[in-house]
Amino acid sequence: MSVELRNVTKLSGLDTHIHETNLKFEEGGFNILLGTTLSGKTTLLRLMAGLEKPSQGEVWFNGQNVTGMAVQKRNVSMVYQQFINYPNMTVYENIASPLRVLRMPAKIIKEKVGQVADLMKLTPMLDRMPNELSGGQQQRTALARALVKQADLVLLDEPLANLDYKLREELREELPKLFADTGATVVYATTEPVEAMLLGGYTATLNEGRVTQYGHTADVYHTPANLVSAEVFSDPPINTARVEKKGDRFLLSDTVNWQVTPSLRHIPDGPYTIGFRPHHINLNPIADTTVKVEGRVLITEISGSESVAHIKVGDNSWVSLSHGIHQLEVGNTVELFIQTDRCFCFDHQLQRVTN
Amino acid sequence: MKSFKWLAPTLYILFLMLPIYWLVTMSFKTTNEILGGFSLWPQEFTIANYVTIFTDPSWYIGYLNSITYVTINTIISVSVALPAAYAFSRYRFLGDKHLFFWLLTNRMAPPAVFALPFFQLYSAVGLFDTPIAVALAHALFNVPLAVWILEGFMSGVPKELDETAFIDGYSFWRFFIKIFIPTIAAGIGVAMFFCFMFSWVELLLAKTLTSVDAKPIAAIMTKTASTSGYELGLLAAAGTLTIIPGAFVIWFVRHNIAKGFALGRV
Repeated sequence: MSVELRNVTKLSGLDTHIHETNLKFEEGGFNILLGTTLSGKTTLLRLMAGLEKPSQGEVWFNGQNVTGMAVQKRNVSMVYQQFINYPNMTVYENIASPLRVLRMPAKIIKEKVGQVADLMKLTPMLDRMPNELSGGQQQRTALARALVKQADLVLLDEPLANLDYKLREELREELPKLFADTGATVVYATTEPVEAMLLGGYTATLNEGRVTQYGHTADVYHTPANLVSAEVFSDPPINTARVEKKGDRFLLSDTVNWQVTPSLRHIPDGPYTIGFRPHHINLNPIADTTVKVEGRVLITEISGSESVAHIKVGDNSWVSLSHGIHQLEVGNTVELFIQTDRCFCFDHQLQRVTN
Repeated sequence: MKSFKWLAPTLYILFLMLPIYWLVTMSFKTTNEILGGFSLWPQEFTIANYVTIFTDPSWYIGYLNSITYVTINTIISVSVALPAAYAFSRYRFLGDKHLFFWLLTNRMAPPAVFALPFFQLYSAVGLFDTPIAVALAHALFNVPLAVWILEGFMSGVPKELDETAFIDGYSFWRFFIKIFIPTIAAGIGVAMFFCFMFSWVELLLAKTLTSVDAKPIAAIMTKTASTSGYELGLLAAAGTLTIIPGAFVIWFVRHNIAKGFALGRV
């Protein structure tokens, strides 16, 4: 089903939760809403579900204006971050409930619930009550209920956030496949850039109630349209610095400058903001096109096979992510290497400059 | 010292149970024995007092009257409080917190304050001396209490449950009856218990608003004591029987009451 938001805004009292938004989700695709908490992900989902009405603008499903349509009539399903199941019903009845409401024949219900339970590995738990299940099984039940309905639009509001790491990985792998076969348009809200990358599909980056970019997940990641999108889609956060372009060189400071990459050679001279991700500034020169800077170590973290260092370079606080274990003393000065060909260049309105 | 750990609780329970024990033993004594002297247990064991109560309509009708208005009151209070508590727990509206508090203030006035207006009003509209009169009067105290208790239980249920049901296609009432009420069944049990208890022990309004046909058992007990001399054995039997329904109800809701305490209500 095609899902479209047309000039949608949502105000609550004096606060604006959603600024004017135009967004057409990829039909039958896996769409991700990526943004921090309070960026408006949940509000957008609730607007599409019909749980809230937009202050202005319209919601269109399949070329039909559904803005005023009741929740019950929309044929959507939704799964929340908390594990929401009907506590007074068995797992079987929980999964069957949307079908019972539709007054489907008992035989068909049994067949469908059986299939979905099989798919979600819930068959041995069908006779249990939801509060007798583990967290992962409870969320599987909620997902099964969303799946069995064969809704045209499936809204998933951080469904994996309350699960432990292993279960999250397992379900994250299954989720896109589960819904791919149904042909449903899926909208998945998450706060984690890594999760968006792993899920693939399409991503809309959200910041403070504005959609800053929408496109293929990989495209949004590799070619952010503006600094905000790049910031939203980067974890640890993207590093920024003010530079001056003079001729074919970017000047960071009196001593640090480098050759502008060929694609940007023709942009006018002047001040720019560059952004580069933490794994593009390293403790070793791992690429040809690097420039060396010196900085003071503020904090270091070592996670397994990667070293994260927070470094003060001039007036800039940067995060560097390097492979391997590097023991750094806090307060020491270290050499760092920026991969200059991986830098994004943003103009004074923080839009990315291309040519 | 360690071996005397049982002493304090035993004494406590002993003192607590003593009046009840005394009431029960009295109910199996004759009035003469009660007045005649001190005896720890019945010397002439008799069930005549109970026989009188269960065979004499002027006695047992009191229980029937009490149970009737208590039941009506509990049903009215809880069924009115359910939608009210839902509104308080799920919606924000102008003055909701003030209204919620105002409901509770209804319980702050002593029932005596309302005895006269109720008496006058019910006499005027022909409700005087009916079980419904007492049930409605008690609703003034029980509806706020039930709203308050139920609101606590409902707020413990995430709003997302309601939304999930609506998204699944449930209409509001179907959701409310098939999913929501079973989910807060414990709270309904607790609310019913408190309505029952208040209505069962409340004497002043029940006595004022009835004369003959709907007279509650407590009123009959006080009258018997004054008219036919001291029928203490009979009175004790009536008292014992009055305790039983309360004990029953407590037994049934004991687990839910604990839940109510855990939720910070009750």
